[in-house]
Amino acid sequence: MSIISVNNLTKKFKTLTAVDGVSFSVNEGEVFGFLGPNGAGKTTTINILCTLHLPTGGEASIAGYDCVKRPDEVRSSIGLIFQDTTLDTGLTAYENLKFHAYLYNLDRKLTEKRIDEMLSVVELTNRKHDLIKNFSGGMKRRLEIARGLLHYPRVLFLDEPTLGLDPQTRNTIWDFITTLRKQEKITVFMTTHYMEEAENCDRIAIMDHGKIIALDTPENLKRLVHGDTIHLVTEDNEKACAEIAKTFDILCHAENGGLFIETEKGEEFIPRLIHSLSIQVKSVNLRKPTLNDVFLKLTGRTIRDDVLSDDKEVTREFVRSHRRAQR
Amino acid sequence: MIQFRPIYVICLREFKKFFREKSRLLGTLARPVLWLFVVGNGMNSLIRPQVGFSYLQFIFPGMIGMTILFSSIFSSISIVWDREFGFMKEMLVAPISRVSIVIGKAISGTFISVAQAVIIMVLIPFLGIHLTVLQFIEVVLVSILVSFCITSLGILIAARLTSFDGFNIIMNFLVMPMLFLSGAMYPVTSLPTALRYLTHVNPLTYGIDAFKHVLLRNSAPPLGPEFPLAVDLLVVTILAFIMIILAALSFRQKE
Repeated sequence: MSIISVNNLTKKFKTLTAVDGVSFSVNEGEVFGFLGPNGAGKTTTINILCTLHLPTGGEASIAGYDCVKRPDEVRSSIGLIFQDTTLDTGLTAYENLKFHAYLYNLDRKLTEKRIDEMLSVVELTNRKHDLIKNFSGGMKRRLEIARGLLHYPRVLFLDEPTLGLDPQTRNTIWDFITTLRKQEKITVFMTTHYMEEAENCDRIAIMDHGKIIALDTPENLKRLVHGDTIHLVTEDNEKACAEIAKTFDILCHAENGGLFIETEKGEEFIPRLIHSLSIQVKSVNLRKPTLNDVFLKLTGRTIRDDVLSDDKEVTREFVRSHRRAQR
Repeated sequence: MIQFRPIYVICLREFKKFFREKSRLLGTLARPVLWLFVVGNGMNSLIRPQVGFSYLQFIFPGMIGMTILFSSIFSSISIVWDREFGFMKEMLVAPISRVSIVIGKAISGTFISVAQAVIIMVLIPFLGIHLTVLQFIEVVLVSILVSFCITSLGILIAARLTSFDGFNIIMNFLVMPMLFLSGAMYPVTSLPTALRYLTHVNPLTYGIDAFKHVLLRNSAPPLGPEFPLAVDLLVVTILAFIMIILAALSFRQKE
């Protein structure tokens, strides 16, 4: 049964089309990931789903409620963890959770029980009455997850849940999400531009320039990239590329001052490759397929390159400032 | 449309934060105290006591008005703060109406302003003003009305303000002119005609005029009240309604 269904969803900001005719559905109990570079339209899609933005066209519904026509029912069915923290730092952990319980009209007796329960899930019981000001980044995130789950949502949205956190905290957050999924019957919808995180999802939609360019399980997506990738740096990459094409009938892809060669059984191919080349090899690296390779294959770019690209940042700033202006 | 539990909890949050942030309370109280005891005393020696009361006593109703003005605007500007630090999102994605958020902010802002106005009245014994219990209650009632009106005005502005950069503009082009054109510090009847018109569209003028009715009961213009009390109360009430409705409307808009 699908709990989120999106059909031909479009969102335009003046001249920029942030979401361009996106369709997908998410099954109940699934961990569904949105993967893509910054400015791909992931957050905009989430904002439409959680009723913060109105779509320019298309439909979206959560738990059977239309996101435009029945926003209150949709809001009651979802929990949200945003990119930036939305806790009140001048209040304590308990006060933040209690505020949330009142907004979602939770039963009074249930509230206290539920707050204690959620605080113990995210291991913040002993910080219950401490001001958020004194919390670390990871603690804030955990508390936000606790708050997002407080009202028993059917879908939990996580927009870049581990952005700006150190790897150790990222792992802890992921352990929480995995445990939670076993404890609470909940669907998780997340966006990320970390490849390693996307691997944890049941299904992934890869988004670029407002469109979904692939949607499948991580395993199936990785099958799009045939075999392993060899990264080769030589004295003369161009010449090496020509030689490889001649000897093995394989096309290579030049990027970042090296050559990417796709092949089956890379570990066996490398000795043959080096033996056949007349050019001095500087370094060779074998990689098993990752989602980044899938993205590279589909778009010709790597996700990390996009993070550094200036025009993407401009797009992102444009969307952000526009959002601010509209609020 | 109007949900009471969210309104209650939004108010509770504002009160908690208000009493926790001692500097904010101190800041809003320091201003009228400074005016009363430093500027007031300075002017006192310049302006001879007229019609039975001193300059200090004359500006006291204005100081209550000033306290309310600053406190109310600051309370409503907290919306910009909430937005900047993300907390507004927590409210916007909750299953509550925008109207409830606006009313919650308006009520909490009103209570905080009235509380500060009451604290200012502690200074009364030092000013040589005799106040009856009835007068005290009247001041509180007028304070509620004026605070609600100005807080709603503040929310209306805050709903349109996209960042803190606009805050100084609001202070210099709205709050300060509102204060100077309200009759808080000097009688506005002697101002040039163009400025006189501005005093008439200033909600604070009517609020302070109502305070003068209560506190400077038996004095005639220019030092005493300018309009009849009924007019003052009516104007402030009508403006309060218009402001809160506009505030709620401006908050409802979304993309």
